[in-house]
Amino acid sequence: MPAVTLVIIEHDRGAISPATFEALTAARSLGADIQALTIGAAADRLAAELAPYGVNIVHQVHDDVLSDYGPEAWGEVVAQAVRALSPTFVLAAGTDRGNEVMAQAAARLDLPFSANCIEFRDGDKFEMTRIRWGGSLLEDASLTADIKLVTVAHHAVEAAFADAHGPADAIELKVSLDASLGRSIVKGRVEREAGVTLSTSPIVVGGGRGVGSADGFASLEALANELGGVVGCSRAVTNNGWRSHTAQVGQTGTRIAPDVYFACGISGAIQHWVGAMASKNIIAINTDKDANMVTKAGYAVIGDLHQVVPAITEEIRRRRS
Amino acid sequence: MKILVCVKRVPAPGSKINVTPDGRGVDAANLGYTMSPHEECAVEAAAQLIEQHGGEATVLTLGAPEAVEQVRYGVSVGAQRAVLLATTDDDWDPQRTAQAIASAIDELESVDGTFDLILFGNESADSGGFQVGIRVAHALGRPMVNGAKGLSLGDRFANVEREADAGRETYSLPLPAVVGIKEGINLPRYPTMKGRLASKKVEISTMQASGEIGGLAKITLRQPPERKSETIVLGNGPEAASAVVDILEELGVL
Repeated sequence: MPAVTLVIIEHDRGAISPATFEALTAARSLGADIQALTIGAAADRLAAELAPYGVNIVHQVHDDVLSDYGPEAWGEVVAQAVRALSPTFVLAAGTDRGNEVMAQAAARLDLPFSANCIEFRDGDKFEMTRIRWGGSLLEDASLTADIKLVTVAHHAVEAAFADAHGPADAIELKVSLDASLGRSIVKGRVEREAGVTLSTSPIVVGGGRGVGSADGFASLEALANELGGVVGCSRAVTNNGWRSHTAQVGQTGTRIAPDVYFACGISGAIQHWVGAMASKNIIAINTDKDANMVTKAGYAVIGDLHQVVPAITEEIRRRRS
Repeated sequence: MKILVCVKRVPAPGSKINVTPDGRGVDAANLGYTMSPHEECAVEAAAQLIEQHGGEATVLTLGAPEAVEQVRYGVSVGAQRAVLLATTDDDWDPQRTAQAIASAIDELESVDGTFDLILFGNESADSGGFQVGIRVAHALGRPMVNGAKGLSLGDRFANVEREADAGRETYSLPLPAVVGIKEGINLPRYPTMKGRLASKKVEISTMQASGEIGGLAKITLRQPPERKSETIVLGNGPEAASAVVDILEELGVL
């Protein structure tokens, strides 16, 4: 029997998380037969969406407990699927949910788990490179176990279809779940307004200490609105209470990968940089030409963001009219 | 209400994190040490809950004897008790760490009763394993949710909020429970004079950390490849706006 890589499909009530496609893409580098695991009936229609990534079989799990996401219930499903299918590798996305579910499964299986990997090397020993400090440092590590549990860091791999693929067969996988696992299922939600999120927005306008106040963000909002992007910020900004932590880009905030990142009045401490470094283009706006962010950016404007940012917004409007 | 907060001593990050010559650790000579940021917020969350509901918060760390500095800091910002799980070597992988913490909690609870709530940080700043709290919760048979951006106590339940792509999710965990706290849940307070005095006087309960080595082994740490960027300066001040918009057109985002 060929080796199997089992990929845990992270979804929210049937919508696959973008990072999962990156994990599926990374799974192909391991060379084993790729199979997927979907949890809950809401994910039953996903086989056609998974096939182009090289998935051959989709194992579908159903149970009354699995009405919504729950870390313990999902972790137990993964543990039972691993016992039933004996895969060599188990992969998930390196997201809040992906890391949480894999850690739950690892605890239940008493297996080691390596989070947020960016590369795998399968030789005498199974080795990987994983990120530490949100990406400021890399760690080469080895995982010694018959079944290797890993997650793939978000934005480390670009999602891509397999060169050739067939259809993915959906088959039911039986599990036995104790009703007590319902204790940590999502109980309620406050839905976010529709629109792009910080982690997936193609344009991010970020502000740092140089913005000076909560009100100072108005011009950044205007530029973001003009470009259909969102506003981000550095840790100094959230620590000052100018913006909510939801907007924080960095090691303890969100990792972004926009086409263009405007870094306005941001010095570029490592804490922030690791969250922004996957940006495809960076335009730094700063009074200090030697600021870390300026030297790391592809483009820079030296000047006061309070004058430069409104001027950019105005110029965009002028050209559009 | 009895709350335990598990914290970790980590180097305080600056503009660059340097690796020791043997590649095994972070050279903290110019950095100093701090409590991992999510855990600072966990201590603050515990302090607020104790202020609201009464009771006692204990701060626990597993680490070298110097880590006593971080549990003392925890007392200076609102905890009452401090525990050091002392280590004598550096090979503390996530499985071993979780095993040692879980058995220390067993021991503490056998003397003083169950912790209603055990808090961890979402992940440690330095190793980012994303698993120790979850492994401890499983070993203790308690419910666990990571990434909490909101935490309140109801009658026999911990109500947890966290952010997801689609919005905020809420969970209601029966106590005793374990929760992983994420930065942003609160703004941690600074130590007061009274807190500083308490942290100097507090008796540190020291236990020997013990656990079996697990399957994830560090080989070496290294810097990521430097992003080589020849910065193109588009101009000075608002006059540069036109050049910026030219670039946006070139990149196809307009």
